Amino acid sequence: MSAHVAAREGAAPRAEWKPRVVAFFCNWCTYTAADLAGVSRLKHSPHFRIIRVMCSGRVDPQFVMDAFARGADAVLIGGCHPGDCHYMEGNYNCLRRFHLLQRMLGQMGIEKERFRLEWISASEGERVKTVVNSLVEDVVRLGPLALPGRLREWDREIDHLEAAVSERHEEATSHAR
Amino acid sequence: MFEPAQQNGSPRIGFYVCHCGHNIAGKVDVTAVAQAVARFPGVVLSRDYKYMCSDPGQQMIMDDIREQKLDRVVVASCSPLLHEHTFRTAVARGGLNAFHFQMVNIRENVSWVHDDPADATEKAVDLARAAVRRVRLHRALEQKKVPITPAVLIVGGGIAGIHAALTLASAGKKVYLVEKEPTIGGHMAKFDKTFPTLDCAACILTPKMSAVRSHPNITLWTYSEVTKVEGFVGRYRVTVKRKPRYVIEELCVGCLECIEACVFKEGKFYDEFNQGLGKRKPVYIPFPQATPQLVLIDPEQCIEFKSGKCKKTCAEKCDRDAIDFKQTERIEQIEVGAVIVATGFQTVPSEKVPFYGYGRMPNVFTALEVERLVNASGPTGGQVVTREGKAPKAVGIIHCVGSRDEKTNRWCSRVCCMYSLKLAHLIKEHTGAEVFNFYTDMRTAGKGYEEFFYKVMDDGVHFIRGRVAEVSDWAFTPDEEGKLVIRVEDTLIGRVRRVPVDMVVLATGLEPGPDSQQIRRLFNMSCSSEGFFLERHPKLAPVDTFTDGVYIAGACQSPKDIPDTVAQAGAAAAQVLALIDAGSKELEPNTAYIVEEECSGCKSCIALCPYTAISFDAARKKALLNEALCKGCGTCVASCPSGSIRQNLFQDDEIFSEIEGLLTPVT
Ligand SMILES: Cc1cc2nc3c(=O)[nH]c(=O)nc-3n(C[C@H](O)[C@H](O)[C@H](O)COP(=O)(O)OP(=O)(O)OC[C@H]3O[C@@H](n4cnc5c(N)ncnc54)[C@H](O)[C@@H]3O)c2cc1C
Ligand code: FES
Repeated sequence: MSAHVAAREGAAPRAEWKPRVVAFFCNWCTYTAADLAGVSRLKHSPHFRIIRVMCSGRVDPQFVMDAFARGADAVLIGGCHPGDCHYMEGNYNCLRRFHLLQRMLGQMGIEKERFRLEWISASEGERVKTVVNSLVEDVVRLGPLALPGRLREWDREIDHLEAAVSERHEEATSHAR
Repeated sequence: MFEPAQQNGSPRIGFYVCHCGHNIAGKVDVTAVAQAVARFPGVVLSRDYKYMCSDPGQQMIMDDIREQKLDRVVVASCSPLLHEHTFRTAVARGGLNAFHFQMVNIRENVSWVHDDPADATEKAVDLARAAVRRVRLHRALEQKKVPITPAVLIVGGGIAGIHAALTLASAGKKVYLVEKEPTIGGHMAKFDKTFPTLDCAACILTPKMSAVRSHPNITLWTYSEVTKVEGFVGRYRVTVKRKPRYVIEELCVGCLECIEACVFKEGKFYDEFNQGLGKRKPVYIPFPQATPQLVLIDPEQCIEFKSGKCKKTCAEKCDRDAIDFKQTERIEQIEVGAVIVATGFQTVPSEKVPFYGYGRMPNVFTALEVERLVNASGPTGGQVVTREGKAPKAVGIIHCVGSRDEKTNRWCSRVCCMYSLKLAHLIKEHTGAEVFNFYTDMRTAGKGYEEFFYKVMDDGVHFIRGRVAEVSDWAFTPDEEGKLVIRVEDTLIGRVRRVPVDMVVLATGLEPGPDSQQIRRLFNMSCSSEGFFLERHPKLAPVDTFTDGVYIAGACQSPKDIPDTVAQAGAAAAQVLALIDAGSKELEPNTAYIVEEECSGCKSCIALCPYTAISFDAARKKALLNEALCKGCGTCVASCPSGSIRQNLFQDDEIFSEIEGLLTPVT
């Protein structure tokens, strides 16, 4: 992930803003729960997109950063309840990373509501619905994150600073000569 | 392998969107999806079709692969958990590598859960874009085959475990049957008669129990528990703890003379098998037909264990020297290819329904207690009597205790109506008492069940429709004096009634067993919301679980009667046979591997792997990954600082491209 990639793609604001949530669900619990929500016809907000991974432990912090950089308004990770991970402890590793990452995102001005980790077991179809709905509600309240635009600004700022520094550097060297 | 695009660098992707009848097309504009996807880079063909999973649907994919020279396929339909395998197989039959395929879930994740067609269609297109971007990067993968050890572990020796064990053993497979109680038989062993035929439970069960005992292919470990499970389908390494009986199994012949000789002249302790209605000694056998026919000693109660000062008349009496006070628990290690979990159920504890007065009023009984009372080999020799030993003149059976109720369990326990009818019949037959059944709805679906209901009505049993509010011993009128009064709103006549009886029977429902959560974790299964073990698919894979090689049967999956339990046990045995006889099983190739040149030797992955699949090569300062041990969670991949660990099927670039696809603005 890097800022210029997102800047190149550009996230032109759409006519009407709709929240965009990227959800990483583990195959064994939360993805199955989402299937159950489907089979039970539990209607919920359409403003989220699931990416299936085998375990919440597979979620690389870079995936989260990349999603934000490409314009996600929020990121949700869904894994098995503590003690229930299909691979024993992947969800604990996910939890550790989650806490670190959440602090880091906070430093970048990304509200903590925008990044959530939820334990949802295979039988909790209902919980998929409530979690997604409440997350989307939070996002609607917070408004667009529009990180791609901000990243572009930050890039420009850095370009300016770099230009200024190299100018001064050139001046200094020419003086010395 | 036929891979033209790999050579000239431009993928040729075929995209298919399924209508699934109205299931998808009723919400998602499938034509619009197909049109939108047709414009994505790399897509050479985009179609919509009524049922992609059908034969013509699969044929279409195969033909297109050949005729249109496709090298990648994406299908947008139902959940990959349902049909990924179907489509991978079609792709492979079309001549591609099965993994040059990606599935998009637009049914469970879209059409079934969203209301607005425009939103649903937009989401479907986003998901399809992500898949199209991802599939370009898919690598050709080989599936590893693991051999299947031709041995099976069955956990739980109720009728489910017994039936599965005999089926497998008679097919020549090695079976280990592990039962936590001192005897097999489960709940069924406690019954006198079984509905609806009223055939004698012992007559149909005990021959099967002794067949288990004597079958050369079955190793039976009772009074034992599984404590650890390692490995994977085809090769599970299982640790079983065998609790000490303080009786040497190989020597005991079940003559029971030690029980006779015990210093306790009378039984004094709670008799588990008889629900506490009888008393037993510290040295005992659960019931006369217990299998195996071995006595055991309860160290909590035995004087020798408590004080060391017992005369040990039991040991003296045993001429085979089978009693061994120093026996310790034994640990067994076995290797099996598959597992059947058949741990059954428990009845709803009566504390959950305090308003029926169980424990407070002595003549409120549970159904299981009455099963023991009506049983000829039970604590009363088959006499149905109150706790004072009197024959009841009137008996009330309360249905749905702890079932179909928000406050306890919401589900219908399926067998209580029928066993209540059975008990009504038996009580009437044994005592001639007036019997009242208080029911919510009569649920008698099953072969011969409704007919049985009519027969019991003809017997003169009374039926009152209504949920009982409470049972009390508070008499309002002289004829209620000394009786238990059942207060109920009779919903057929619309009046509250008070029915005085001498004995109340609670038809307690079925719920998951006390250690079901432990068992679930041990075998890596899931539970449905009630806590029963979750099947892989409710219709198409009812005895499979989400863990390969682990199957479920009987009442641990959901409440069910003996015929259904036996059918399911047979089904589980058949699945195991299919697995074993195939000889090997293809594994999902989602394992991790290390690109050695990029490994910096930081060792951060090593501690993260729960399967100790990663080790460190100190000489070369590189991490080494043993693919045979890797189960493919990807935790190490996510944490490798140098990005040198990769995961098949879930490569970083594949996931990044998915993210990119999802978030690319619509133009
Ligand atoms: C009062 C009553 C009357 C009934 N009457 C009838 C009837 O007349 N006809 C009919 O068709 N059905 C009847 N049923 C239903 C019947 O009991 C069940 O269908 C049947 O017992 C299910 O068999 P099972 O093997 O799945 O479970 P169970 O009978 O519960 O057997 C499970 C076995 O697994 C063992 N186990 C549990 N946990 C572990 C563990 N961790 N490790 C090792 N072993 C373990 C248990 O000790 C037990 O032996 C009745 C049920 C009740 C409650
Ligand atoms: S498999 Fe669900 S969190 Fe690990």
